[in-house]
Amino acid sequence: MELARERRKPATNGSWITGTPSMTFHSILYDRSAPAVADMGATPECIRDLNIDQIIDAIVRGREEYDLAPFFLMPLATMEAVGYRHEVMRDLQEGAVLECVAEFADAMRSTRKILAHSAKLRTHQQTRLFLDAVRAYDAAVVRLCEKLERSSAKSAGLRAFCAFLAAYVQSEQFRARTSASGALLRELDAIRYSVRIKENTVTVGRYEDRPDYSDEVARTFEKFNQGEVRDYLVAGRDSIEMNHVEERILALVARLFPATFAKLTEFEEHHRSFVDATVTRFDREIQFYLAYLEYMNEFAASGLSFCYPHVSTDGGDSAVRDTFDAALAKRLRDAGREVVVNDFALTGGERVLIVSGPNQGGKSTFARTFGQVHHFASIGCPVAGSAARIALFDRIFTHFEREERVESLRSKLEDDLLRMRDILRDASERSIVILNEIFASTTRSDAYWLGRQMLAKILRIGARCVCVTFLNELAHGDDRIVNMVSTVVADNPAVRTFKVVRRAAGEPSYAATLAEKHRLTHDLVKARIRS
Amino acid sequence: MTLKAHLMYADRDFSFRSVVPITEGEVAADLERDALVSAMAAGDPVVAEVATEALWNGLTDLAAIRYRQAALGDAVANSAAVRELYELAVEALEAERRAFLLGLVGRTPGSVLFRAVELLELLEERLRRLRAFADKNAARFGSVAFTNLFDMLRRELGDDYLGIVREHLGDLRFTDGVLSSARLGPGNKGVDYELHRIVQSEGWLRRAFGARGQQAYSFRIPDQDEGGARALAALKDRGIARVADALARSMDHILSFFKMLRTELAFYVGCLNIREALAAAGAPACTPTPCSAADAKRNATGLYDPSLALTLGRSVVRNDLAADGKALVLVTGANRGGKSTFLRSLGLAQLMMQCGMFVAAERFEASVCRGVFTHYKRQEDPTMQSGKFDEELVRMSAIVDAVVPGSLVLLNESFAATDEREGAEIAHQVVTGLIDCGVIACFVTHQYELAERFMTEGRTDVLFLLAERRDDGSRTFRIKPGRPLETSYGKDIYDRIFDDAGATTVPP
Repeated sequence: MELARERRKPATNGSWITGTPSMTFHSILYDRSAPAVADMGATPECIRDLNIDQIIDAIVRGREEYDLAPFFLMPLATMEAVGYRHEVMRDLQEGAVLECVAEFADAMRSTRKILAHSAKLRTHQQTRLFLDAVRAYDAAVVRLCEKLERSSAKSAGLRAFCAFLAAYVQSEQFRARTSASGALLRELDAIRYSVRIKENTVTVGRYEDRPDYSDEVARTFEKFNQGEVRDYLVAGRDSIEMNHVEERILALVARLFPATFAKLTEFEEHHRSFVDATVTRFDREIQFYLAYLEYMNEFAASGLSFCYPHVSTDGGDSAVRDTFDAALAKRLRDAGREVVVNDFALTGGERVLIVSGPNQGGKSTFARTFGQVHHFASIGCPVAGSAARIALFDRIFTHFEREERVESLRSKLEDDLLRMRDILRDASERSIVILNEIFASTTRSDAYWLGRQMLAKILRIGARCVCVTFLNELAHGDDRIVNMVSTVVADNPAVRTFKVVRRAAGEPSYAATLAEKHRLTHDLVKARIRS
Repeated sequence: MTLKAHLMYADRDFSFRSVVPITEGEVAADLERDALVSAMAAGDPVVAEVATEALWNGLTDLAAIRYRQAALGDAVANSAAVRELYELAVEALEAERRAFLLGLVGRTPGSVLFRAVELLELLEERLRRLRAFADKNAARFGSVAFTNLFDMLRRELGDDYLGIVREHLGDLRFTDGVLSSARLGPGNKGVDYELHRIVQSEGWLRRAFGARGQQAYSFRIPDQDEGGARALAALKDRGIARVADALARSMDHILSFFKMLRTELAFYVGCLNIREALAAAGAPACTPTPCSAADAKRNATGLYDPSLALTLGRSVVRNDLAADGKALVLVTGANRGGKSTFLRSLGLAQLMMQCGMFVAAERFEASVCRGVFTHYKRQEDPTMQSGKFDEELVRMSAIVDAVVPGSLVLLNESFAATDEREGAEIAHQVVTGLIDCGVIACFVTHQYELAERFMTEGRTDVLFLLAERRDDGSRTFRIKPGRPLETSYGKDIYDRIFDDAGATTVPP
């Protein structure tokens, strides 16, 4: 199917600086070959069916201000575009690189917060907060630039951004601003004033260094110190706002130091718009990586791994080892339960995975996993599993059991067939079709016959398909079709293993194999103690 | 310098480990530690806590063990004085509950300061009493630990020092207003508030604003401005916030000093308690001889299970042991023949020796070991998902993860939950793996198969012990050197219970 891609304005509606060549940077999410915005690869329906919406919710949680969800929905079209993100992501897996980027993000957040405050406050406070915001921003940019330059980052994306930053911080405008703000802050820091409160009278004056009585008291009792004790410091209100007594005191301090306060007012007038658009865009887009890395790390603690898939665009082989449904795994992990991993492979001419086996055995989970892995590979992210080869796709279609819609006049079967017709109309040989308990509402023989028809059509189109079904005799005798089965414990069929395999396995365990399993043979015991 | 008691270690405080190995709970249950600890505690939860920690966090350094042994000797010789000192610390800690209220919500720096001053006045009185106790009793103690403690109390709590404390407590009532200074922080809000003492003899303006007579501006909050009065109070509070914090922390520091003193003394009080309890039961206690691990010593005379003696309140069967140079002690023989009791007496003696206590024996000499672990067969647990044998392997695997060369592992009927041949095979693999790495093992089993394997191998580092059985089939509950016998005694017990109900034997 033809990929209809449309070039649109970037979502940040940023107008980045286009001065000297070194002062331009495009995007940390898109290499130059890729369009800034792509069509949706998966329909909203399919995002829901595959629980990709739950995964994205978990990924972006706590980062609402960046509006990241669109990035996690838009697939990339080329291997180069995927590779561009892989490189940046790998760079960010280096502790030092991640740290400097995360630190930058924090600083940008506090800059925004200070500016928001500044807008609400009055004269001497407002001008000071503006200065604080400029200082925070400039420092964040300089620190990011220095640390990135020294870091091991080698991705094209981060290197190009780093070059942009280097030119930016060297610019005349940036340097002049930094030195002016620094001098002003030093002047303000040097001010120490004295306040005496006796009954209703407040007296404000200049002050010279005097010993702090609190320290003297603390020193007297120092010898009893046995380690950390409770903190009795009653925190002042967090708000930066002042009450009218504080405002009057500040006004008197300004009268004591008039020259400094005049400079503060001047500074704001000279530097009204100081935040660079490219920096702003980077600040948002880099969160795509930070969010995903943080999300992956949560799984690492439970021994579940993610890997960089080897991506192709030929619509051919897909194979993943030790993969899992990330949405389900998160719920299981939160409940302290174990997560079962599975393998799948469509290689050679194989196009269809038919998954059957006992109910509640992990069949639907397996089908979702297949879709999730393809989706996340297509947006340039690592995928759940220990090794993966993924062929990109143009669209993912899903047909999952729906709750009966009351207002629908059509029968359930008719509805199912209509949905299938639409899917088959739109799917191409580069599409993925995931069918879950298709035609469950009809008789067994009907379902069997209909199922065969659908499979034949899908095979004719050449789309890749996962078909979860209770009909274990649905397909056989075609090399393009792979049968898989959810398994149970060999000597206790009531216990599900949640393993979905190409053929049934499960051999009885004996004491010796148990000992081996627990690494309790003589040699293993020795090796463990000596290690 | 900081006031330290250092009664438990020559160079550091006694402290509770933040991470307790998961295997410890099992060891505690298997060795019936609770009877021992409750005899030490005699109802005092702090003693129980400290005793438990000391027992499980044993010493491996011989000098450190001897340091405690010497202090314990002092405590035994001056038991009344040690108990009095402990009571003094306990009484001072009564202020703790009142101090706790200070940390509650709704407090202001002013209220924190006011109550901290009150409590400190009370604690200052306790410190005076502590000094007086040291003056009176120091001469009667000879151990390094106690001598250093009393020297320190007399040196650090001199009259001059206690006088300065009183003076501060007076000044901190702020009868002459609050003088503070600040800097301009983010948003030009006042930060880094410092409080300054107002000395009565000077003109405050001159003092506060420097000698150069720089300008100062004043304003007055009208009496009817309630918001202004609140703001003023808040500002005043900001000025005294740090001193209130400093003072409340000081109060906590003094309380934690008393708590530390109590903790360090608690161990010795616990030792005095259990010593008296054992003496009442007619059971002996000896100061053991700790040896280095390299010496591979493990021998005893009259070794017994103190938990059993304390539970029964009388003297119990004692055993001798000569296991110097042995890596594995394999105890076989009749069920209910005293094997488990013997195993427990060995484990407890090791733990007691390594925390610096006396040992439940007439004489005990042993190399220190790095951790005691137990692997006992368990009752069937209905909630267990995996099988019983599997569960034993899981526990054994956890032990293998935790042991190091020089650890002591006590196994009681391990791997009996499967067919005897398979169980013996696995037990043999595990045990040889352990002892080949320098772990010391003591394995109690009624299964012949495993014992026979070790006999056939003829290793010289294995000691075979046997639960004694008279010719008439009755048990003495004594453990003596002896080779395993192939007969099972299970039938005996069955016969006694079902055919001869009148002659049921009770363990000693």
